[in-house]
Amino acid sequence: MTTLAFFQPGLYHLMAVSILLLAAGVAVILSKRNAVGILMGVELVLNAAALNFVAFNHYVWDGAVDGQMFTLFIIVLAAAEAAVALAIFLNFYNNFDTINVDQADELQG
Amino acid sequence: MFSTLAQGNPSDSLAQVAPFLYLLFAGLTVASAWMIVISQNIVRMAMYLLFTLGGVAGLYFMMNAEFLAAIQLIVYAGGTLILIVFGVMLTSKNPFMKLHTTWWERVIAIALGAMLAGLMVIALVNTPVTQIPSDQLPQSHDVHAIGMALLGPFIVAFEVSAVLLLVVMVGAAFMARRRS
Repeated sequence: MTTLAFFQPGLYHLMAVSILLLAAGVAVILSKRNAVGILMGVELVLNAAALNFVAFNHYVWDGAVDGQMFTLFIIVLAAAEAAVALAIFLNFYNNFDTINVDQADELQG
Repeated sequence: MFSTLAQGNPSDSLAQVAPFLYLLFAGLTVASAWMIVISQNIVRMAMYLLFTLGGVAGLYFMMNAEFLAAIQLIVYAGGTLILIVFGVMLTSKNPFMKLHTTWWERVIAIALGAMLAGLMVIALVNTPVTQIPSDQLPQSHDVHAIGMALLGPFIVAFEVSAVLLLVVMVGAAFMARRRS
């Protein structure tokens, strides 16, 4: 009996998405000058880790919800970190009139 | 493959459409994430981040983590992303400002991301993982179990994260106050 489903999404399919999200997040962090853009890259990395936890919880961990608890705390901490980071960026913008992270070099040397 | 459709029972309907749902959500997520890398406009990057978060929520729904998918949409896409959009709007001089990065900087960043991805793939391939057989996968992770876990083994993390959120609120409000 053939079905329309030519594969079933397994652990490795979800891992592929998580790995690609991590690579994209790292590329965003390394290549953006805008501080809010770098924050978006950090959010991508956190989402990759959270997806990783939920995937392993569903496909390997057999019934318990421990992976989903980790993901819950990742979401909470990401929100808290984004709030603090944006407060810092607003202060930086109000003092230096630019959001370019290359201009944040007064503490060097 | 497309000539016959199975006469599956209704409880099997997710298994019928699972590959297409996975391709839809995974494609949306990964494509939006890489559009953030390529894009030069900060407002468009925020929009692509919204699509990425929505795609990840769709993947959570597919993995029977409905509560977590709802939390992702409410807190992450509807809270953190809105905060990021506020930050974008408050820190840009004009709406179409572009901070120009040279092409070789972007190539180096993408190459480093690809090397990290290759490292992850090697680690994943060399790790023996025993998956649950696909017909014994848990059908739903109920919210009751999450609630009992929050007040059970994860009680310390729960209380500490509550204190952390209080500290974050006080600190962010203090840092962003108006200085007269």
